[in-house]
Amino acid sequence: MANSYYDPADLRKFGKITEWSEEIGNKFFDYYGKVFEEGALSAREKSLIALAVAHVVKCPYCIDAYTKDGLQRGITKEEMMEAVHAGAAIESGATLVHGVQMMNKYNKLSM
Amino acid sequence: MATKSLKARQVELAENDTQLDILNGGIFADGELPYFKDKIAEIGQFPLRPKKLEILQINVGYMCNQVCEHCHVDAGPDRKEIMTRETMEQCLEVIRNTGAHTLDLTGGAPEMNPNFRWFVEEAAKAGIRDFIVRSNLTIMRANKKYYDLPQFFKKHRVHVVSSMPHYTRGKTDKQRGDGVFDKSIKALQELNAVGYGLPDSELKLDLVYNPSGAYLPGDQAALERDFKKALIEDFGIHFHNLFAITNLPIARFLDYLIASENYEDYMYALVDAYNPAAVANVMCTNTISVSWDGWLYDCDFNQMLGLKVASKVKHIADYNEDLLNNRNIIISQHCYGCTAGAGSSCQGTVA
Ligand code: SF4
Ligand code: SF4
Repeated sequence: MANSYYDPADLRKFGKITEWSEEIGNKFFDYYGKVFEEGALSAREKSLIALAVAHVVKCPYCIDAYTKDGLQRGITKEEMMEAVHAGAAIESGATLVHGVQMMNKYNKLSM
Repeated sequence: MATKSLKARQVELAENDTQLDILNGGIFADGELPYFKDKIAEIGQFPLRPKKLEILQINVGYMCNQVCEHCHVDAGPDRKEIMTRETMEQCLEVIRNTGAHTLDLTGGAPEMNPNFRWFVEEAAKAGIRDFIVRSNLTIMRANKKYYDLPQFFKKHRVHVVSSMPHYTRGKTDKQRGDGVFDKSIKALQELNAVGYGLPDSELKLDLVYNPSGAYLPGDQAALERDFKKALIEDFGIHFHNLFAITNLPIARFLDYLIASENYEDYMYALVDAYNPAAVANVMCTNTISVSWDGWLYDCDFNQMLGLKVASKVKHIADYNEDLLNNRNIIISQHCYGCTAGAGSSCQGTVA
């Protein structure tokens, strides 16, 4: 057993999850592959969205994967960082908008 | 960025045997990853055999005005290996009689060979259908004596293939050195000015893109779209095709992979991206590569690894196309670079 929760080498083994549940595993990878094809959004745009989400869900595997994917697509580091900021802004906004709930509660409880 | 070749720095990796030991050992020897040989045997392609010869690629010397970090030639200003006029004459004899339809001059910076212009003039007379010169662009701005290269190329109807790692300054200069981007842009504008690369122009100007790091090139068509859009919008530059070429783990790129601790991941990425459909069209199946000193190789990569053709004929002086076509191609694990994804060759993707 590895003595840490995350091992970069595990990313290469992602495909193996189908071994213990073939049908739904394959369905997931088919879906995943389809999602990132060129569509109404370009594959390049989707790669940047994936990078932003990877940061928001704080998945180190996805961050590695979509940084590399961005490099392969010729995406610049400035574009990547802006995508991360877009994710971070939504995430911090989501925290801060709860401030309204705090204000509501405060007001309700205060005389 | 280093300003000297591995060879001049006397780095151990400059030795062919050291490189081959790495490519044949480690994760391949301990069975973690399969040997290329076994992989192509699965589809009945071992031993790998040539098809019809189409391209004669001649490396006229390893001297270069640049010292790019990813260079598989380990080229640079300090390299002294330069093709002599005698060897060029032997090459011309072959060019006049070959069945190949494409002649491809490469280096180093081929323009730095003192007999380059004479060689181009003579070779152009042979009437080969497609006559390529691989130019790194900055050479055209390196010294006044090269300023007229665009006109010279035009006069001899040369097909110019130039390297351009990115359409942004930062990425280009990081891979190739400071100032490379601006000089390359200027050179492209000069080529456009004499008619190269313009839509419908017969003066062909193609660009080569290599990733600037330990990752594989993305989709060639998408990269071409991005390059075209950026170069037209920002600089009014036109070109015809973009070839996305995978960096092979050889010479300086191998040195970089090892020093940056990316070697194993990179080899995994190449093996993961192995595409059996690319095998039938890898470059060595239609190309012969000639070195500055006249030796024959399956490709420019094997040349840099010192792996001469496995044929009775090993030198341009004894050139015999029929005998050469009847050889087995020498392969090693660097070959995974040619079969990853859509495949990779000097003419871009192959699958
Ligand atoms: S990659 Fe090309 S331009 Fe760069 S050092 Fe090598 S031969 Fe010269
Ligand atoms: S590296 Fe050379 S020998 Fe190997 S597959 Fe590529 S072209 Fe062929």
